[in-house]
Amino acid sequence: MAEPESSTAAAGAGGSRLRNAFGGVLCAFTLLLIGVLAFSIRLFSVIKYESVIHEFDPYFNYRVTQFLSKNGIYEFWNWFDDRTWYPLGRVIGGTVYPGLTLTAGTIWWLVNSLNIPLSVETVCVFTAPIFSANASWATYLLTKEAKGTGAGLMAAAILAMVPSYISRSVAGSYDNEAVAIFALIFTFYLYVKTLNTGSLFYATLNALSYFYMVCSWGGYTFIINLIPMHVLLCIVTGRYSSRLYIAYAPLVILGTLLAALVPVVGFNAVMTSEHFASFLVFIILHVVALVYYIKGLLTPRLFKVAMTLVISVGLAVCFAVVAILVALVASSPTKGWSGRSLSLLDPTYASKYIPIIASVSEHQPPTWPSYFMDINVLAFLVPAGIISCFLPLSDASSFVVLYLVTAVYFSGVMVRLMLVLAPAACILSGIALSEAFNVLTRSIKCQLAKLFDDSPAASGDSSAESSSASTSSTNSAKNENRSEKSETAPKEKPSKKNRKKDKEVAESIPAKHKKEKKLLVLPMEASVMGILLLIVLGGFYVVHCVWAAAEAYSAPSIVLTSRSREGLHVFDDFREAYAWLSHNTDVDDKVASWWDYGYQTTAMANRTVIVDNNTWNNTHIATVGTAMSSPEKAAWEIFNSLDVKYVLVVFGGLVGYPSDDINKFLWMVRIGGGVFPHIKEPDYLRDGNYRVDAQATPTMLNCLMYKLCYYRFVETDGKGFDRVRGYEIGKKHFKLTHFEEVFTTHHWMVRIYKLKPQKNRVRGKLKKLKSGSKTSSTIAAGRKKNPWQ
Amino acid sequence: MPKATNDAKLLIQSLGKAYAATPTNLKIIDLYMVFAVATALIQVVYMGVVGSFPFNSFLSGILSCIGTAVLAVCLRIQVNKDNKEFKDLPPERAFADFVLCNLVLHLVIMNFLG
Repeated sequence: MAEPESSTAAAGAGGSRLRNAFGGVLCAFTLLLIGVLAFSIRLFSVIKYESVIHEFDPYFNYRVTQFLSKNGIYEFWNWFDDRTWYPLGRVIGGTVYPGLTLTAGTIWWLVNSLNIPLSVETVCVFTAPIFSANASWATYLLTKEAKGTGAGLMAAAILAMVPSYISRSVAGSYDNEAVAIFALIFTFYLYVKTLNTGSLFYATLNALSYFYMVCSWGGYTFIINLIPMHVLLCIVTGRYSSRLYIAYAPLVILGTLLAALVPVVGFNAVMTSEHFASFLVFIILHVVALVYYIKGLLTPRLFKVAMTLVISVGLAVCFAVVAILVALVASSPTKGWSGRSLSLLDPTYASKYIPIIASVSEHQPPTWPSYFMDINVLAFLVPAGIISCFLPLSDASSFVVLYLVTAVYFSGVMVRLMLVLAPAACILSGIALSEAFNVLTRSIKCQLAKLFDDSPAASGDSSAESSSASTSSTNSAKNENRSEKSETAPKEKPSKKNRKKDKEVAESIPAKHKKEKKLLVLPMEASVMGILLLIVLGGFYVVHCVWAAAEAYSAPSIVLTSRSREGLHVFDDFREAYAWLSHNTDVDDKVASWWDYGYQTTAMANRTVIVDNNTWNNTHIATVGTAMSSPEKAAWEIFNSLDVKYVLVVFGGLVGYPSDDINKFLWMVRIGGGVFPHIKEPDYLRDGNYRVDAQATPTMLNCLMYKLCYYRFVETDGKGFDRVRGYEIGKKHFKLTHFEEVFTTHHWMVRIYKLKPQKNRVRGKLKKLKSGSKTSSTIAAGRKKNPWQ
Repeated sequence: MPKATNDAKLLIQSLGKAYAATPTNLKIIDLYMVFAVATALIQVVYMGVVGSFPFNSFLSGILSCIGTAVLAVCLRIQVNKDNKEFKDLPPERAFADFVLCNLVLHLVIMNFLG
């Protein structure tokens, strides 16, 4: 009897190698498909509109990438930009996170050296989808370290489609998060890999990946605080091991050095409170390591003596050091934290002290519906994933749970940080779904085995293989029928993978039968229903993600569309205005507008602006805000002192575009009033209400913003009905004395005005003559026709 | 307290005896570590005397010393035969990793030194 068994054993071993190879190939093919899925779902905006850069911040990154591709890296590193923040300028080399632009620049250079003539704009537009595919693969690797291949594939498929990540990485959204999320997940993967294997090689790679993350995004402080938190957690729960030391200590040293290399961070890497946690845990780790080492050297009694000695001395030293540190930190008004970090830790901080941070809509706390919009089904799969991570608890799974908990807190503070929550939610949902499929399909297999109770005697090794096969995701014969109904390709592939395994598994059922008596086995109908329902859940998720990608998150806010009975109506007013500026003004003319439009103006119109989206100088922005809130003469004085030639305002009253300057006006008043006390917000409100109709205050009706927006507005429909505010405006017929209108776009969305030059002042007897000539010049200015209408 | 001083002396003696039993290659790594930390302390004292003006040079000097000390500890952990987690890691592989990590560390140091 030994002969056939050994031959079947040998055949079984060869068969298992073939099965493993086939499984590996299938896994790789699935990953390729997931990458293609992640790339293609982000192409809706290119298909529906055109291959154009979206929003505001990406235009700045695009301009910087253009400069890099034209002038090379040394010029880029030392670039001082004088086309923005006039007259201050901006040191681009030292204030920009270079990761994104260097990545796109490298891709462009590589592709062009292979003689594929892609323009910089194309590379910029498609960088985000490419890196989202990379991020899915990184999620697969990270989840594989935590729970296994099946969970990894599931998590990767979920991340490829999650709407929160899509919203910041569609084709055209050329912003830091596009590469930063990939760097984040990859750094976490390398950390967990080092923790699991204890290899210094992966620790080096981890530090280099952390360097890439620091180059890419200001959110790197999340990594350098989360990893120390996890190390502390491991120490406190008694899971200290030498692998933990290898995973953490080199990262701190190398990571701090590499972070200090990036000009934006510089010495902040050792001096700001954001990094102190890493140093503190570094010291604690060394103390713990020393304690374990000495414990290994001494006998228990002597160890106790040593402990009492060390504790008494050590506590004194500790107190001294902590006292010094606390004194140092408390001496600075912000306790060493930067404004942005403080606004995260204390959600009410920004609204009290930094109105600019509070005014950005992305920085508001999210509402409950936005959770369901952004991570949909994952919102209730995540708790199941947390439970599954605890059985059994390993270093990697505790890390994932900690990542999720901190990400949930920060996403509750700022809606923009839902993006950091998305990978954590995907990983945990992948784990949950994979475990669920595991249990259900195992139950089905067991129930099927009970039905086919008279199968032949098992070979020993195939039972071992099937127990390893059950750790992969789907393992059921019934799934063959379901696979036609399932709408997600990745779920099909794992089921096909196991159809072949099932043929050999059937023989081993009786042997496994005894092993599985202890495992959870559900009745057949419940398992089948469970699998069906889970697949339907997945279907809902996919449908929602595709809808969100197509309808909600693919709009390039530079071009607006609306559907009417006549078909699609396109509003291309922004580009019309910037093109007019670039063709009809001198190269050195300065344009003033609210800071939202600064990046777009410099990138597309190629004119110098006063303030832009970087918002690094609050006083300069407050100057522009004050000018917008003042009467015409005072505003003219302010703008003239800044050498401004043209003023640009955005007005949505004719077409109903709600994000126009009149709706943003109160923020201009608040920011201006924060620096110049003569601007008081109550002056612009009637009984606490913000209105621009007949009930508005005279200060509001006389301020520059009102006049520039509503100049000649009454000529459109005779009554001056503002479609955004929903009422008729207060002051309808007025003339501009210090500005002249030079351009209004087709739908009146962007209006450009020129500062009138100062009149020649002649004192004394010629005053009467002068007043006559003044009226004639204003009449001439008022009748000046708009050449584009 | 004579008992306390006796205990302390006994402690130090037993520590010394246990340490003398460690193999020579580990003792060499420990010596290297002590040298690195001593160099770091000398640099801190020097900075205290002359001030920290090129701060990047000070930072890169200190961090290179502490970095090599940390990497030496990692090498010691991986090469130590008493460590059961690393018993199937060949010491040549551990040393190669150590060299690679040091290479990266010193590349960064040279860049940051100014």
